[in-house]
Amino acid sequence: MPLVRSDKLPCASDGDVVIVRQRVRSLAVESGFPLVDQTKIVTAASELARNTVVHGQGGTVELEMLVEGARRGVRLTFTDHGPGIADISQAMKDGFTTGGGLGLGLGGAKRLSSEFEIRSRAGEGTVVRIARWR
Amino acid sequence: MGEFLLVSIQVDMHDKLAITLQDDLTTSIVKHRARGVLIDISSLEIVDSFIGRMLANIAAMSRVLDAETVVVGMRPAVAITLVELGMSLTGVRTALTVERAMDTLRASVATGAESGRGDAARPE
Repeated sequence: MPLVRSDKLPCASDGDVVIVRQRVRSLAVESGFPLVDQTKIVTAASELARNTVVHGQGGTVELEMLVEGARRGVRLTFTDHGPGIADISQAMKDGFTTGGGLGLGLGGAKRLSSEFEIRSRAGEGTVVRIARWR
Repeated sequence: MGEFLLVSIQVDMHDKLAITLQDDLTTSIVKHRARGVLIDISSLEIVDSFIGRMLANIAAMSRVLDAETVVVGMRPAVAITLVELGMSLTGVRTALTVERAMDTLRASVATGAESGRGDAARPE
């Protein structure tokens, strides 16, 4: 799958989450996403960036623009080296939270994406990758 | 605006700013003895679970302080995304325009006045 462009940003503070949202928006606009799709990927990015900051003790996000035939996609990879997730299926459930939030972050981000992948190991960190296609 | 507070969110808020707004607004309701709070979110390009929770918290806190909250001007793309995210903002009143939100608030204050505001809690 040809990769058009890739960019890596820090994701370690409240301010970084705002910047991630703005950069994902620009990439989605550039990829020709309609407004609703832009809104969905930016919202998913916001949830996952916050998870990286709050649960992962900070990390990075890689933003990629993909091309496959006539379609374009945006792929985001959030990586942290925090405590990891002991039980992923539990963490994916709506309403499950350890951070005092609503517990909609992971499940919600999955619903807002075309592709969703999560890898985590206790004590080693978490990688969440989502993609959305136009 | 008399007994109503109007808040217009114009920037992409980071989380701490959202919490500050929630706290300031709750303080302002008491300080100004407001009967209604109108939150204009027409400038917001996204509402994620954190901002959604802030709106629900403001609505709940204002209710406890005898004020109604109406959230105004949510963009259609934001509404679609918010529901798919899993938030339906239960308990938060919404309106499409400021005029309609004002009508809702006036009606709610008028109903409250007719039924004798606070009488139920006052010992005779």
